[in-house]
Amino acid sequence: MKLTNLMTSAAMAFGLATAALADDPTKVGFVYVGPVGDGGWTYEHDQGRKAVVAEFGDKVETVYVENVAEGPDAERVITQMALQGADLIFTTSFGYMDPTINVAAKFPNVRFEHATGYKQADNVATYSARFYEGRAVQGTIAGNMTKSNIVGYIGSYPIPEVIRGINSAYIHAKKVNPDVEFKIVWAFTWFDPAKEADAAKVLIEQGADVILQHTDSTAPQAAAQAAGNVITFGQASDMAEYGPLPRVSSIIDDWAPYYIARTQAVMDGTWASGNTWDGIGAGMVGIGEISDSVPADVKEAALAMKAALADGSYHAFTGPINKQDGSAWLAEGEVADDGTLAGMSFYVEGIEGDIPQ
Amino acid sequence: MIRLEKRPQPSRAWSLATPLIAVLATMIAGGLLFALLGKDPVEAIRTIFWEPLFGEFSFYYRPQLLVKGAPLVLIAIGLSLGFKAGIWNIGAEGQYIMGALVGAGIGLAFYPLEAWYVFPLMVIGGAFGGWLWAMIPAYLKTRFGTNEILVSLMLVYVAEQFLASMSLGLMRNPEGHGFPGSRNFNSYEGASSWINENAGMHWGVVAALIAVIFAYVLLNRHMVGYHIRLTGEAPRAAKFAGVNPARLILFCLGTSGMLAGLAGLFEVSGPSGQVSIDFNVGYGFTAIIVAFLGRLHPVGILLAGGLMALTYIGGDIAQSNLQLPSAAIQVFQGMLLFFLLAFDLLTNFRISLGKPEVA
Repeated sequence: MKLTNLMTSAAMAFGLATAALADDPTKVGFVYVGPVGDGGWTYEHDQGRKAVVAEFGDKVETVYVENVAEGPDAERVITQMALQGADLIFTTSFGYMDPTINVAAKFPNVRFEHATGYKQADNVATYSARFYEGRAVQGTIAGNMTKSNIVGYIGSYPIPEVIRGINSAYIHAKKVNPDVEFKIVWAFTWFDPAKEADAAKVLIEQGADVILQHTDSTAPQAAAQAAGNVITFGQASDMAEYGPLPRVSSIIDDWAPYYIARTQAVMDGTWASGNTWDGIGAGMVGIGEISDSVPADVKEAALAMKAALADGSYHAFTGPINKQDGSAWLAEGEVADDGTLAGMSFYVEGIEGDIPQ
Repeated sequence: MIRLEKRPQPSRAWSLATPLIAVLATMIAGGLLFALLGKDPVEAIRTIFWEPLFGEFSFYYRPQLLVKGAPLVLIAIGLSLGFKAGIWNIGAEGQYIMGALVGAGIGLAFYPLEAWYVFPLMVIGGAFGGWLWAMIPAYLKTRFGTNEILVSLMLVYVAEQFLASMSLGLMRNPEGHGFPGSRNFNSYEGASSWINENAGMHWGVVAALIAVIFAYVLLNRHMVGYHIRLTGEAPRAAKFAGVNPARLILFCLGTSGMLAGLAGLFEVSGPSGQVSIDFNVGYGFTAIIVAFLGRLHPVGILLAGGLMALTYIGGDIAQSNLQLPSAAIQVFQGMLLFFLLAFDLLTNFRISLGKPEVA
């Protein structure tokens, strides 16, 4: 009798729980490092959030907090979302890594997704995009388009992701234009329109007629537009409003498919931790429309590069490639492994200057 | 006809009332702003001020008030000493960074040694780093008469470059896969400033409370405090009373630098946990607002620091609960200082209606 009672109440409790699950919308939180209107990195993550809302409608509730400083503030905001019943939380900046891990340890039933980091846990997955594939396409266009043979590059922070991008762009620019030279300025910010504009102006004064950026604002586009005869590429977002010149193409982060898939996994109860690193093929990295300012043959070469990267017939880091100091890295035909790429902290041969220490 | 008439004596009642009126006016104007954004103003104000203190999850937010408020109070107390005497240290942010770097550097040098003296040495290093960074504008001012506002502010940017260099080079975590940032102090017991993390207690909170008491005693019971007040209120009288301006500058800038450095050290070895490029989040600048909001009075600063922390934490809650844009929260915080300065007028002036009397 007692046992049956227990069973009944357990069954009831279970029934209630599943009912609650079915009725309650799945709550998904997003923590952003910049403002949603930055036109770049955070903007695209927020587009991903909106896609989740569009996909699931009433079955999902999303919340976000923007301009969250990396460090203790991030930890507080993530905790706050977990306390308020979020089922899944996307933390969208590298600097949120330790805070995400710390909070995740306290909330074993909440799922966390950290962008661009390397620390995982049972309830923390990591995800990032192979932006360097986009850089290969970009480098192909840049090398063809430059007349001064000087390409300016605005770096954010000298972390592997950014260094990887510089290397990939350089290798592919060099391939189509052996005289090309890269000038790199480090802005030490992800988003600071004033600093980014200054960096772009400095590079233009030094003769650069192509500006590549790994920072998130449209300020370099505006600086290039003001200078004239300088071409740029949209970063993280299409930045189409600066086309057809100076913006000739762009690398677009498309988080929507991933965010929808992961939300679906939480709803289905199939979510599992892991590391996702997708590129052009999976649609996480998009190449914005190449404008008509680019000659047809160059456009064709760029699109061929894109197609080869997408179907896997070509890897952006294929040997022979030497390191900056002349030592061998990849032999003829050898392809870089993900481990080396993930922690890349050296320039390839031909790039001048030192990585800031 | 509405005129402003200078009061013969600053009004004590108004001086106490203006911060409260300013908070009230901020709530009204802020509520209006939130209403214009299509949000329920009462709910927004309630979320910002009530939720962290008495809401459902206040057990978590209350300790966070200590974490957020402690560095603000610690820095603001130091700044208020100088501000009272008309010595303007605007570069506390830089001193905060340098204190953190020197202190953290000492801790990292001892890693992984567990010994009782590691943390005290880091504290001394933190105080020294901040003090040294503040001594640059102090020395230049006493020696060459340079403007301490400009020098201390510019040194913030120099300190930020040091911070970037340290995170990428010397202090980089050798086990960090090439990513910038030092080892995390939270996994180095002997060098952590936490006393009880769940209660929000770290040594910075203790230091902030000690600083409040210290400043109160100094200003009310000590000759240096008297000199500070005299210099601010009547510089000529101070001269006749034998105040040595150079020594006062060195003392005020040195003390504020030291406290800012300590705040940086407690932050880096506790809540923040590591030296990283984005370690500084503007405490040194926000502390200027806190110092004025607290009327440069130690107890006032303690309350103002709490209030400021409240608007930060409540602001973030309002963002996620009501989807208020973060810019609206920042405007709201800015209003607080704006209204305070505006109503401050009433301390020194009275509004009189009617025609001016002919003397």
